[in-house]
Amino acid sequence: MTRYLELVCPAGNPAALRVAVDAGANSVYCGFRDCTNARNYPGLNFDRQELRAGITYAHARGCRVFVAVNTFPRAGKIETWHRAIDDAAACGADAVILADLGLLDYAMRQHPKLRRHLSVQAAAASALSIRFYMEKFEVSRVVLPRVLAVHEVSNLIGQTGVEAEVFAFGSLGTMVEGRCFLSSYMTGRSPSSDGVCAPAECVSYREEGGGLLSCLGDVMINCFGTDEPAAYPTPCKGRFLVRERPRYIFEEPTGLNVIPLLSDLKASGVTALKIEGRQRGRNYVATVVSAFRGILDALAEGRAPAGTPDVLRTVAEGQRETFGAYAKGWR
Amino acid sequence: MSKLTLGPVQFHWSAAQRLDFYARMADESPISCAYLGEVVCSKRLPWFEKDLTIIAERLQRAGKQVVFSTPALITTDREVSMIASICHAVELIEVNDIACISLLNGKEFVSGPLINAFNEGTLDVLIGMGAVRINAPIELSASAIITLASKSKIEIEVFAFGRQPLAISQRCYHARAHDLHKDNCQFVCGEDLDGMEIAQLNGRPLLTINGTQTLSYGHVTLLSDLANLQANGVTHFRLSPHALDMVEIASVYRAVLDGALDAEEGLVKLRKSTAPIPFINGYLHGRAGMEWLTNPTNE
Repeated sequence: MTRYLELVCPAGNPAALRVAVDAGANSVYCGFRDCTNARNYPGLNFDRQELRAGITYAHARGCRVFVAVNTFPRAGKIETWHRAIDDAAACGADAVILADLGLLDYAMRQHPKLRRHLSVQAAAASALSIRFYMEKFEVSRVVLPRVLAVHEVSNLIGQTGVEAEVFAFGSLGTMVEGRCFLSSYMTGRSPSSDGVCAPAECVSYREEGGGLLSCLGDVMINCFGTDEPAAYPTPCKGRFLVRERPRYIFEEPTGLNVIPLLSDLKASGVTALKIEGRQRGRNYVATVVSAFRGILDALAEGRAPAGTPDVLRTVAEGQRETFGAYAKGWR
Repeated sequence: MSKLTLGPVQFHWSAAQRLDFYARMADESPISCAYLGEVVCSKRLPWFEKDLTIIAERLQRAGKQVVFSTPALITTDREVSMIASICHAVELIEVNDIACISLLNGKEFVSGPLINAFNEGTLDVLIGMGAVRINAPIELSASAIITLASKSKIEIEVFAFGRQPLAISQRCYHARAHDLHKDNCQFVCGEDLDGMEIAQLNGRPLLTINGTQTLSYGHVTLLSDLANLQANGVTHFRLSPHALDMVEIASVYRAVLDGALDAEEGLVKLRKSTAPIPFINGYLHGRAGMEWLTNPTNE
């Protein structure tokens, strides 16, 4: 069967890696258990031995493994990040996912044969930017930011010839990634430096006045009525007072789902679809990967894709979905 | 002795306001360098573009260095050609989207505060591409800034006063707050000279919205840290323009840098110019950015 689109799936830990591979991932992505990757949450990620075993498992089943080293190294501590790249190469990873200019340069010089994918944390959102990374650092693939409409994705690929990976399902940030400091403004810890947005240890919920308050550090992110599902207090999904009116000024607590747009994305020249969610459990990975596998196989065989399976709605953030920036009018 | 710079106006001020503002900064303020241009939304530039040359000449006559700042996010072809023509025409450019470097043809540039220059490896790459001055990303602590400064001889600039840029988006929050679409925004961002304040549901102020940009609510205030940073290699301190008495604010910063005014006395003076907006300095001390530490111990 011809591949319709490559399905790139999250592997938050070794068990999730095996689930994703078994459910039909073409590629999985993962990271080391430290601040070198943008999902540095307790209980997640891989040590060196686990990565080596995971890569063996995946390769035996025709699945590739990408290692995310996609935070920005701290001044004076850069060796930790260099070692992550060296170890990913030594373990047999198929690519490293990078965002920092210094790391792109290091990987290109030290491991010229290891594929470099540009992380969404680098936020390359223009042809100019994509060409810059292709020319200066010979990146093989760019993960496009979640701020582009479908016609823009199409234009970018047309103008640059880049191998593009786009987000298909999962959490959706509304800010340009890699350059959003809302989390560290409130907690001192950020995706860029620490690999965490809204770290769990800073999150608290409490009941007050008949509602459920969600807080991040000392900041009240939302207050839910009894009829509303309580969402995780991510700063850009908070409800705040704007012109004295409570509202979701940045984005509502919804999850991205592009299933109805898959044929448009294919037509625009996209190579790979990325499922977000290394921080989510095995059930999420199994559910989402299987659903996408089924739909992509149907499309590859020329069958009309069915609608979004109901089961995906149950795992979506806030149990609600959006096309995000892919649809016109989002801005 | 470290220099004071005036960052680009982040907000949508009218052409007349800009002319008045820069005339006064040229004639009366102790700044050494001014960054001109639009960094947030390219739709705003046509409103004041024609005056940029006049403003630049005026500042240069007053002995100030002029740098042209470019947008934080470059996406459209129109933006690319606009920036390409600016890069061609002016002497020194501040890059705020990394892609802009490819339009410079090897020309020297300033790396702006919105470029992720977090470490010495990235500094080396930027210097190799022509950077002559690098702004520390706003999230960096004093110890990280000092490490960067110690590992390189390049000029290092730190954001030292004003509402701190925290995020940029393709979505316009000003338009959204007014129930308008970005393509028909009616330039409502121009109604808020220092941005639109947003608060937590309990009424406590939290952030400031400025079109597609999100900023801190409080003013970054680094008066107490100037001596340490200056002694450890920071060459430039950036003051971000607000609808405040910026001549007075620049004078206070200059006096503290020169040792002519004690930092504590400087804070008292600054408070008069900035009240009721709070001071913040958390990032510099490795804490949440929105915090204000009066006697920081943790660097």
